[in-house]
Amino acid sequence: MATIDVSKPILDLNEKLAAANRERFDEKGVFVLDLMASPGAGKTSTILATIAALRDRYGIAVIEGDIASKVDAEKVKAHGIPAVQINTGGACHLESDMIGRAVAALDLDALDLIIIENVGNLVCPTEFYLGEHAKVMILSVPEGHDKPYKYPAIFQISEAVILNKVDTLSVFDFDVEEFEGVVRSLNPQSPIFHIAATKGDGVGAWAEWLAERIETVRIAAGKSPK
Amino acid sequence: MHEMGITQGILDASFEAAEAAGAKRIIDIRISVGELTEVVDFALQFAFEALTPGTLAEGATLTVNHVSARSHCNACGEDYEHDRFQMVCPRCDGFDVSLLQGRELQIDSIETEDDVEDDVPSPETAQE
Ligand SMILES: Nc1nc2c(ncn2[C@@H]2O[C@H](COP(=O)(O)OP(=O)(O)OP(=O)(O)O)[C@@H](O)[C@H]2O)c(=O)[nH]1
Ligand SMILES: [Mg+2]
Ligand SMILES: [Zn+2]
Ligand SMILES: [Zn+2]
Repeated sequence: MATIDVSKPILDLNEKLAAANRERFDEKGVFVLDLMASPGAGKTSTILATIAALRDRYGIAVIEGDIASKVDAEKVKAHGIPAVQINTGGACHLESDMIGRAVAALDLDALDLIIIENVGNLVCPTEFYLGEHAKVMILSVPEGHDKPYKYPAIFQISEAVILNKVDTLSVFDFDVEEFEGVVRSLNPQSPIFHIAATKGDGVGAWAEWLAERIETVRIAAGKSPK
Repeated sequence: MHEMGITQGILDASFEAAEAAGAKRIIDIRISVGELTEVVDFALQFAFEALTPGTLAEGATLTVNHVSARSHCNACGEDYEHDRFQMVCPRCDGFDVSLLQGRELQIDSIETEDDVEDDVPSPETAQE
């Protein structure tokens, strides 16, 4: 009998495939955003608002992750934007091999931005690196300002936090000051954007932040600035 | 929910390590699972039993070492254990905290047997 030391991450394969995805994105100068939120927080609405703000400037595609159905991909396609639907068949998060396969259906040469709508879940998408350049999370006003106390990890790993549905602030007992205080102490570097995705309010500042990140990746790949 | 994939990852890495060492059989696989991960023990054992028959790890056990969540408070210096939802420092209520452990998902080691008694000798061993 012998003991063999392995000492290896279990998600080693996911990490390696994610790194391979990332290499392709960097080579083609395509910025990839992993958008995470609870079900119904407004991921698809935010994606549509972001498309409206940036489509004249950048080539955009969307990867929709859902447990089942194609409805979100169809909403995006209706706006003339390429969209690939991934059905995880019950799994509560996306993994990098799924992204690799979805990306194969896209023409990376025509793109500057891919937005991934992760499965509605505040917990396990935080564990899976997909090869994205940034993870961003959306919290919507009706979910309550105390979510960062309950799900600190997703607020900690997000490079920006979007507070959506701010048009409903007057209806809900949402303490913006407390929310921002908690998020800042969990994650002092990340900006917080207030938006109403379906009305377009506040989307400009968010899109500007994103455009800056897109430019960095484009320029590193040798594309000319836009 | 993603235990099948995780278990396959555990087995792939274990087979690779066993083959590299020339082992013929795996009798135990030891892994560490942090409490802040989404891995459910029961589902892991279930997947393990479903995936091992007919492999090097047929009949092997899966030993799970649970790693509790611990953080360090950058404000007051306290190190403390916590659950997945309460990361705030229990001493000063500070939010500027760094996770020390609890997100592990690691294969630590495997126990192997080089040969089993009723094994048919391979041609090389027969010649010796
Ligand atoms: N009032 C208001 N409603 C919004 C806003 N953004 C989204 N909604 C509504 O919230 C609901 C869910 O929005 P979606 O964009 O589909 O949310 P999602 O996160 O993509 O949902 P799933 O993919 O099903 O998890 C829809 O009825 C939207 O119209 C907003 O800014 N204000
Ligand atoms: Mg959606
Ligand atoms: Zn999951
Ligand atoms: Zn403290």
